[in-house]
Amino acid sequence: MPNGVLILAELVDGELAPITQELVGAAQRLNAGPVSAMLLGSGIEASASKISGVEKVYVVDNPGLAEYTNEAYTEAAAAVAKQADPAIILLGQTNIGRDLGPALAYKLDTAVAMDTIALEMKDGKLHTTRPAYGGNARAVNSFSGTPAVATVRPKSQDTAEGGAAGEVVKVDFTPAGVRAKVIDRKVATAEGVRLEDADVVVTGGRGLGGPEGFEGIEELAHILGGAVGASRAVADLGWRPVAEQVGLTGKVVSPTIYIAVAVSGASQHMAGCSGSKNIVAINKDPDANIFKAARFGIVGDYKQVLPAFIEAVKKVKAEG
Amino acid sequence: MHIVVCVKQVPDWDIPPASFKVDEAAKKVVPPPGVAPVPSQFDAIAVEAAMKIKDAVADTKITVMSLGAATARDVIKHGLAMGGDEGVLLVDDAFNDLDSTGTAKVLSSAIKKLGDVDLVLTGRQAVDWDLGVTGTLIAEMLGAPVITFAKSVNVANGNVTVERVLPDAFETVEAPLPAVVTVSNELGEPRYPKLQQIMQAARKQVNQWGAADIGLSKDDLAPRLTLEQLFVPVVDTKVELMEGDSPEDQAMALARRLKEAKLI
Repeated sequence: MPNGVLILAELVDGELAPITQELVGAAQRLNAGPVSAMLLGSGIEASASKISGVEKVYVVDNPGLAEYTNEAYTEAAAAVAKQADPAIILLGQTNIGRDLGPALAYKLDTAVAMDTIALEMKDGKLHTTRPAYGGNARAVNSFSGTPAVATVRPKSQDTAEGGAAGEVVKVDFTPAGVRAKVIDRKVATAEGVRLEDADVVVTGGRGLGGPEGFEGIEELAHILGGAVGASRAVADLGWRPVAEQVGLTGKVVSPTIYIAVAVSGASQHMAGCSGSKNIVAINKDPDANIFKAARFGIVGDYKQVLPAFIEAVKKVKAEG
Repeated sequence: MHIVVCVKQVPDWDIPPASFKVDEAAKKVVPPPGVAPVPSQFDAIAVEAAMKIKDAVADTKITVMSLGAATARDVIKHGLAMGGDEGVLLVDDAFNDLDSTGTAKVLSSAIKKLGDVDLVLTGRQAVDWDLGVTGTLIAEMLGAPVITFAKSVNVANGNVTVERVLPDAFETVEAPLPAVVTVSNELGEPRYPKLQQIMQAARKQVNQWGAADIGLSKDDLAPRLTLEQLFVPVVDTKVELMEGDSPEDQAMALARRLKEAKLI
C-alpha cells in the first residue's frame, strides 16, 4: 500500500539547495504519512545527513549520476520510488525537476502536475494548485493514479527547520543505456546575487526608454543588495541580457520585495513575479496593470521619481 | 530526414489581463469576442527550429501536426506557410478535454503511423496550460530520448545536438536519432511567412485523422490528471499610492513606508 511523501533532494556544490528543505516543509504540512527524501548523484552520500525532518534518505550514489541526464535520473528515481512506495512524490520546479518530473511520472504509470504553488489533501487525495494561462488563471488538479507526482515552485513553500536527519538507505542502481549525453557544460558565473535567489529584485521595463535608463535600476539594486531584472520587451530590444528577463519565458522570482520601474505589468511578466511578497510599482500611467498587483506605488515619471527614491532610500537606511 | 513538429492552437495570450475571463462552471477560458486563437508561441519557434534544419540538411521533410478542434487547421497552415511540407490534423470527439498523457498518446500514435520519423520537435510548453510535459511524454511513448529547452538544434551523422538553456549554465546534449526535442524562445523569432508562401500553403496537403485511424479508442485516453477547478485569482492587494507635492516627497514617503514595513 503506497504511503507517505517522497521528495527529491537537490545539492548545489555539495550543500543542500534551498528547494530541498522547502519540499520537506511542504511534505510535512500535507500530513500524509512519513516524509522521506531521495538523493541522487555521485560522491554525495556524505550530504545525506544534511537533510533534516525526514524519516529516511534514499541515496543512489553512482558515477553514472555525476551529471544530470534525463534517462539516468529517471531510472534512478523510479528505482527509489519502487522501493519506497510513496503515495506522493514532490520535486522542485528546477532545472532538474522540470525535466525529470514528466519522465518519472510516465515511468511510474502516473501523472505529474508541474510548477505547483499550493498543495493540500482533500479526502485523502492530493490536490495541487498551479498558475496557468501565463499566470492569469489558477488550475486545481487531482490525480487518478498513485503516486501523485508534483513539481513545486521554488520559494513558494516555507522551509522545514530542524528535526533529525533521516536514516540513510543506500539503493544500488547503475544507469545503463543512456542515449542523450551531456557533451559540454559551462557554468555561467553570475555577478552579484542570483536573480532567482535574490530577496530584493529591481526590474526595469520598456518605459525606461533605453539601456541608459538602467543606471538607476542598477544603483537601487546595489543599495538594497538585490538583483536586476528586465521585462521581455527590454530583453528583446537587447537593452539587457536575456538572463535577466523575468516572466513566463524568463525567470520566475519570488523575492520579499519586487520593485518594478516603468513596467506595465503584462500578464506574461506577472507570471514571473506574482509570487513576490511585496510589489512596489513606479509608473507614470495610473492605469498600468502593475498597480493591480502592487502593495505600494508611485504614479510619476521614473526620471524624477527614481533618483529621488534612491536618495530617499540612502537617507532612510543611514538613519538605521 | 523527416521532422514532425507538434503545434497547438491556443487562445491569444497577448491580450490585456483585464480581458481574460474564465467560465468556472465549465472550467474553460472564454476568449474575448473577435480575438482569434493563435499558434502557441513556442510551437511556432519549434517550426522555426525545423526550418533551420531544413535550410542546412538536404532532403528534409517537415510534417506539421496538430491535435485539437477543426480550427487547428489554421495553425497547421501557418506552419506550412513558414515552410513545412505536409500537415496532419487530429480531430475526434474522443480527443476532447484530454490531459497531457492522453494528448501525448494521440500525438505519438500519429507519429508512429507516419512511420519514418527521425526527429520530433515541440514547444517547451503550451502557453495555455504552461505544463511543459507533452514533449517528454511523446518521447517516452516512442521509446526515444528527449532533450528539453533547446536554444539550438542541429542534426548530423544520425545524431541531434542541442544547446540547452539553463538559468546558470550552458549545456550541450547529443542523442542518436530518432529523438524528441522541446524548443525554447532563446532559439529566436519564428520567420514570418510571405504572402506567396501563405498562398502556397493553401495548396499543401493536410491529412485529417481520427481516433480509429491511429488505432485508439476513448478508453486508451482516460485522464490521469483531473481538472477540479479553474479560476482567476483575486488579487487582493490594494495599492497604497504615495502622495506628495513633488517626486521627492513621494519618494521619501515610499522609503519611509518600506522602512516601517521592515522591507528595507
